[in-house]
Amino acid sequence: MGDRDQPMSQWPSTHPFVIPVADGPDEVTVTIDGREVKARRGELLIRVAQDHGTYIPRFCYHERMMPVGMCRMCLVEVEGMRGFQISCATPVADGMVVRTASDDVKKVQDGVLEFLLINHPLDCPVCDRGGECPLQDQTLAFGPGESRFVEEKRHFTKPIPISDLVLLDRERCIQCGRCTRFAAEIAGDPLIDFGGRGAATEVIIFPGEPFSSHFSGNIVQICPVGALTAKPYRFKARPWDLNSAETSCTTCAVGCRGALDASSNRLLRLLGVDSEPINHGWLCDKGRFSYEHVHSWRRVRSPMIRKEGEMVECSWPEALDAAAAGLAGAIDQNGTGSVALLGGARGTNEDAYLWSKLAKSVLGTDHVDAQFADGLPAEAVLGLPGATIADCERASAIVLLAPDLKEELPVLYLRVKRAAHDLRIPLIDISARDHGLSRYSSATVRITPGEQATAAQKLANAIAGAVTGDQQIDAAAELLRAADGPNADGPIVVIIGRASLAESADATVAAAAELLAIGDRVRFLPALRRGNVRGALELGLTPGFLPGRVSLDAGRDWFTEQWGTVPAAPGLGAIGILGAARDGAIGALVLLGADVIDDFPDRTLARAALDATPFIVAVGAFLTESAERADVFLPTTVWGEQAGTTTNLEGRVLRLAQTVSPDGTPMPGWRIAAELAVRFGVDWDLEIVEEVQDEIARVAPGFAGVDANLIRRAVDGVVLPKIDNEADIELTPLRIPLTNASWEPINPAASAPVAEDSVGQLADGDDPDEGGRRLIAAEPTGFCAPPTYVWNGKVESAAVPPRDAYALRLVAGHLLYDAGSTVTESPSLSPLAPGSVLLVHRSDRERIGVDDGGEVRVTTTRGSLTLPVCTDDATPQGVAFLAFNQPGAGAGDLIDAAEPVTDLRVESLR
Amino acid sequence: MAPVETLLVTKRLREVSDSSWTIDAAVGSGAYESLRKALAMEPEAIIEEVKTSGLRGRGGAGFGAGQKWSFLPKGAFPRYLCVNGDEGEPSTFKDHMLVERDPHQLIEGIVITAFAIRCNTAFIYLRGEFALGADRLAQALRDAYARNFVGAKILGSDFDLEIILHRGAGCYIAGDETGLMESLEGERAMPRIKPPFPAVQGLYAAPTIVNNVETLSTVPHIIRMGGEEYAKLGVGRSTGTRIFSVSGHVVRPGNYEVELGMSFRDLIEGLAGGMRDGKEMKFFIPGGASSPWLVPEHLDAPLDMDHVQGELKSMLGSGAVMVFNEDTDPVQIAWRLSKFFAHESCGKCTPCREGSSWIEKVLYRIANGLGRPADLDLLLDFGNNIVPGLNAPFAQTTICALGPSIMSPVVGLTRWFRDEVEQRIGASGEPVELKMRVL
Amino acid sequence: MPYTEANLVKARATIARYPFAKSAVLPLLHLAQDQDGWVTPEAMKEIAGLLDLAPAQVLGTCSFYTMFKRAPVGKLVVSVCTNVTCLVMGGPELLDSLRLRYGSDDDVFVEEVECIAACDCAPVLQVNYEFHGPLTPQSASEIIDEYKRGERTPRTISGSPTNAPLAPSAVVG
Ligand SMILES: Cc1cc2nc3c(=O)[nH]c(=O)nc-3n(C[C@H](O)[C@H](O)[C@H](O)COP(=O)(O)O)c2cc1C
Ligand code: SF4
Ligand code: FES
Repeated sequence: MGDRDQPMSQWPSTHPFVIPVADGPDEVTVTIDGREVKARRGELLIRVAQDHGTYIPRFCYHERMMPVGMCRMCLVEVEGMRGFQISCATPVADGMVVRTASDDVKKVQDGVLEFLLINHPLDCPVCDRGGECPLQDQTLAFGPGESRFVEEKRHFTKPIPISDLVLLDRERCIQCGRCTRFAAEIAGDPLIDFGGRGAATEVIIFPGEPFSSHFSGNIVQICPVGALTAKPYRFKARPWDLNSAETSCTTCAVGCRGALDASSNRLLRLLGVDSEPINHGWLCDKGRFSYEHVHSWRRVRSPMIRKEGEMVECSWPEALDAAAAGLAGAIDQNGTGSVALLGGARGTNEDAYLWSKLAKSVLGTDHVDAQFADGLPAEAVLGLPGATIADCERASAIVLLAPDLKEELPVLYLRVKRAAHDLRIPLIDISARDHGLSRYSSATVRITPGEQATAAQKLANAIAGAVTGDQQIDAAAELLRAADGPNADGPIVVIIGRASLAESADATVAAAAELLAIGDRVRFLPALRRGNVRGALELGLTPGFLPGRVSLDAGRDWFTEQWGTVPAAPGLGAIGILGAARDGAIGALVLLGADVIDDFPDRTLARAALDATPFIVAVGAFLTESAERADVFLPTTVWGEQAGTTTNLEGRVLRLAQTVSPDGTPMPGWRIAAELAVRFGVDWDLEIVEEVQDEIARVAPGFAGVDANLIRRAVDGVVLPKIDNEADIELTPLRIPLTNASWEPINPAASAPVAEDSVGQLADGDDPDEGGRRLIAAEPTGFCAPPTYVWNGKVESAAVPPRDAYALRLVAGHLLYDAGSTVTESPSLSPLAPGSVLLVHRSDRERIGVDDGGEVRVTTTRGSLTLPVCTDDATPQGVAFLAFNQPGAGAGDLIDAAEPVTDLRVESLR
Repeated sequence: MAPVETLLVTKRLREVSDSSWTIDAAVGSGAYESLRKALAMEPEAIIEEVKTSGLRGRGGAGFGAGQKWSFLPKGAFPRYLCVNGDEGEPSTFKDHMLVERDPHQLIEGIVITAFAIRCNTAFIYLRGEFALGADRLAQALRDAYARNFVGAKILGSDFDLEIILHRGAGCYIAGDETGLMESLEGERAMPRIKPPFPAVQGLYAAPTIVNNVETLSTVPHIIRMGGEEYAKLGVGRSTGTRIFSVSGHVVRPGNYEVELGMSFRDLIEGLAGGMRDGKEMKFFIPGGASSPWLVPEHLDAPLDMDHVQGELKSMLGSGAVMVFNEDTDPVQIAWRLSKFFAHESCGKCTPCREGSSWIEKVLYRIANGLGRPADLDLLLDFGNNIVPGLNAPFAQTTICALGPSIMSPVVGLTRWFRDEVEQRIGASGEPVELKMRVL
Repeated sequence: MPYTEANLVKARATIARYPFAKSAVLPLLHLAQDQDGWVTPEAMKEIAGLLDLAPAQVLGTCSFYTMFKRAPVGKLVVSVCTNVTCLVMGGPELLDSLRLRYGSDDDVFVEEVECIAACDCAPVLQVNYEFHGPLTPQSASEIIDEYKRGERTPRTISGSPTNAPLAPSAVVG
């Protein structure tokens, strides 16, 4: 386990200080209530007790935050120390004798409880926390049953909204400071604080400045009472009615672990699970609340087929037959090269594998791409030496060559912020404008959009000793030299991703090649967005690759043996497919949950391509603008309705849980692929998702050994390839939670969907009978499979044309809330997408001659739009920022995907 | 023999009372002489001298000053000196006087102390309400900088010191040393959990010494006299002189600097002129609002910190002696003090935050004739969860000492006036007229 | 109101004195109150901007300290002590009488405060942090009226010295 158990670490405030730990041996013996236990010197008493089965009551202490000692609930007696000690801030020392349950301790703890209750309203029946409230529980267990407080309680208006998603009931607040500390220390958004003093202390926001943090939902989860409630969940359920299962969030590619609560076949809540390697228990608000989209009334519930120009509902056999017929027709007419697949990054690994298999062996096409020119080439993602999320905290330095993580991969942002701020790991930022992590970076290399490679090259030269005369480069080089030096420890983690969709990926990839050359310690963490994009690439939903991280050429023999056939030559990527489609060369297109019109940077091309394609099969959950152009619509189950796995951005295979079943007849994606295969005369004989997993483990070299058996037991999932990461795999059941109260860090596997009795049986690969079918035992690893792909790091990057002095160079990045269906179909989130606003430097705005908020006409080689413009401190002169994929016309209408950069002409409308 | 004062710290402001705060008057009466002497000494020797003097903190806790300074970890820099001029303990008004009327003595003490502990930045945290004090101290600092008593290379030595005057803004808890540091850092003045102690990680997480204004004002005299000579004054472990702020129903309320060991009687009846208007004394509070009350039978006890704490189960605290005559309603005094604590509790610890306002509410009820027979025991019972044992020296379930202080009035009330209060409760139904109606 | 040019210079100089900028929160709030007579929301935002804090943090600190007024209080803040020494010496009576007399006077803000460390002069009050005592209701209102008539020079609402007496205003009967 990780950092949680380190001896007292730092206080993550402006002025870090350390709780001193007495000298002595590293392993100490402590006597807790007469029982001797071993612990590491300096560990907090409250944790040591808990790890050994003694739960000391608490309110303010949270494992992921430093102790403040506010609530005084955790008082215990320590022999030799006067009075009582708070166990949440007392490090253990050798020979310590502790009493946690003596009469004296009970009396003061009851006293604290009594104090807390005198001003606490007794509105438990209508309180969201009722039933999982420690104040209630402890009162029930120890409380006197009758109040001695006859005075009037404290009164406040209740509840008051502190953001669009969170409400605060100050009467219920017990002033533990968990929320305010979370905001300041963990999220870095100190938009809530305590105000007032003494008994009048209350949590406040500044008037007119709501707690609009991307992480606001976490404070609801960690509030020990019902003082903070989330709008989407308020009054929706009683905790005892919920059934809960551990799963992964698929809103972005971080893959945060969560406990998904449902009742009466409705998803009601997602709570963060404290997974050490992934999310430390935190979730972003989009991930936390977007379960709402699952129950959107706009979900497509039944297959549809176009009849006389109209989409009409039909039966599955009819739809599948029509889809197969359309695909077969295109192949018959123009060969396998006229069929293409786009998307698949939102599905599961099992979906990705079977769609890949369908495309590459049944349909015979390699025109397959899960990304829409908005990610990174698969060569880089799969072939660069990889880093894990947790590596950020062990790194000797972190280099950011990435989009705004706070907006795109929020929980990864938390980890990097923690690494840079709390753990003081140097953070080197190479970016065109300021972003969420800018204030934590130790060195910033400011670049013109599209010139990542030039900057990286200069940096590499400076590290090698060249005199650049560029202060920013020199400062960054200095840090990196030290990070690669003999005194340093740990990898140099380069977080690499697409900072802007208004420029081609080439510059970023070329920069990665430069950084790769710095030294052996350099590792890459791809900052890709879509939930299972990594899984889709790993499983071959990309041209030139086959499942399991092998290139088409390297894997040809192996896969021909496994599958029968594979494509002859690498196919087209998204730009190529859409270009070919526009030119009439694609006869049939399968859209796998892909809304290319929204997501492809070049909307004009996407529309033209779809309009020119004679036959389109859309597989997905919503009739998006792209799906409306389909001839056959095949509805899929979504997150929460399907089991399976995903692979997060670090290449970690994670388990999903099914807690509800869909309305109507949506099918899992992998099953649709299998049904289509049958219509091409191929029966894969796969009936349950575990069988697909076992086939992947057997067939896809990168997944060797990651079979259904391992997947269900690996608490925090498995990082690919398993062979290299064996040591990090932790199997259930190891951590037996003492409490699974929702407001405490929820331990992984606390709600794992594993039948308890199965755990022991599965231990030795002795597979039980499951649902009447025998699981196919995975073959041992080390079969004669092809090697996994390694990138050679060579790349040609197109020259970036100079920007003319009157133009602004566009940066188009994602914001957390956009026009994607997870947001638009979640009523609580959809109002939060800010819309398209052009952000520019003050001087540029003044030069254009427009007031803040005024409208301008923006023109590129692709098109022209009218947009409001605003001054933005984060954007330097000569650059403009426009959020990608906001509701309505926007960046997608301005970008030409074939160009290396996008320059804007901006005119005032006056 | 009539009791007399022993003037060290208050000498100048008595002798040149019309201008003692100006640099000319101060230098004319010997200010900064001790500084010259100190700068010629080794820093460690100064600390030794102060240890020898037995000087104990005058802020309330009475911790050995030299001993505190020697806790600073070796080789850890920067380190800071914070001067505690937040004087908020009810009825204490000595630091107020020292700052307004002899700022140079304080500055001299600060420079010597900073030199001794090898610190180059000192902060004076001055209670915000002391506007005139702030003016005078600011002027004194300007003058002292101008004459190189403060600043770079002080008086030709290698020692640099920057002194920053920082005004508080109305808050008692900023007087607690960790509250003070939080406040100086721009935060809400909520005390910090300890350890780490300030001497190890204090202001900005650097080693920090916090000393009271009077403590530091005494330092020049110790350097002048020598620690041994200073230690000859006083009694037992309470060496030297202390300023006692006597107030209430006495003829001559005011600050009196006396040698420790003098009796309460000599202080109250001798120096302060005894009870005014020919009334009898009912009780007195020996060391500020935080100290449990005493009654006339204790008048002959010595002003000795250990004796008052050990024998009388109270404390000399900040040296504020409040005297109340026979007409005083002890319930009302207890209520008003508990109202003070409820108002000033920072709100961090549950027992203090909730307990203080609960006590205040119960006492208010009793004072208004709505007491219930079980109330006193109720107060003691839940109070025991704030101050287990209910006795000085305090045990506490809170972070700082404000928590236990809130029980002092209740302890005083029940210890000495239980009958009176119970009688009063017995007569409930007849609202007692209150001298004040504010809540 | 935003800081005046001159005060902005002062504010920057104050920030520069401290090893860490955040320490300047209290001095900057005092400065804003000196300027505007109370701490306006705009001032808190401006301070947050100068110190790279969130406005909520400035409000959190500001609201902890009683000297900072977050609503207009007129020109004179009269702080009457009612803690125990003043209590037994007539503080509450003083407070009541002043509240009665100036209750409807927009220039004078009468407040009850805790011990202000001048108990030898009980009962005491402060007018804009200038001490006066011992007082009777009568002598207290005379002093306040003198301030109002411009015959005494008050400090600012935060207690900083000024040399401008108040423009004479009507004195309540
Ligand atoms: C609630 C509380 C209030 C305090 N107020 C003051 C104060 O106003 N002035 C002061 O010098 N010490 C005050 N103290 C004591 C300080 O914490 C600290 O002990 C003292 O400043 C140390 O200086 P000394 O050793 O010179 O006495 C207070 C302590 C507490 C717990
Ligand atoms: S005891 Fe009271 S004043 Fe002291 S830290 Fe705790 S809550 Fe604050
Ligand atoms: S949990 Fe230890 S004081 Fe709150």
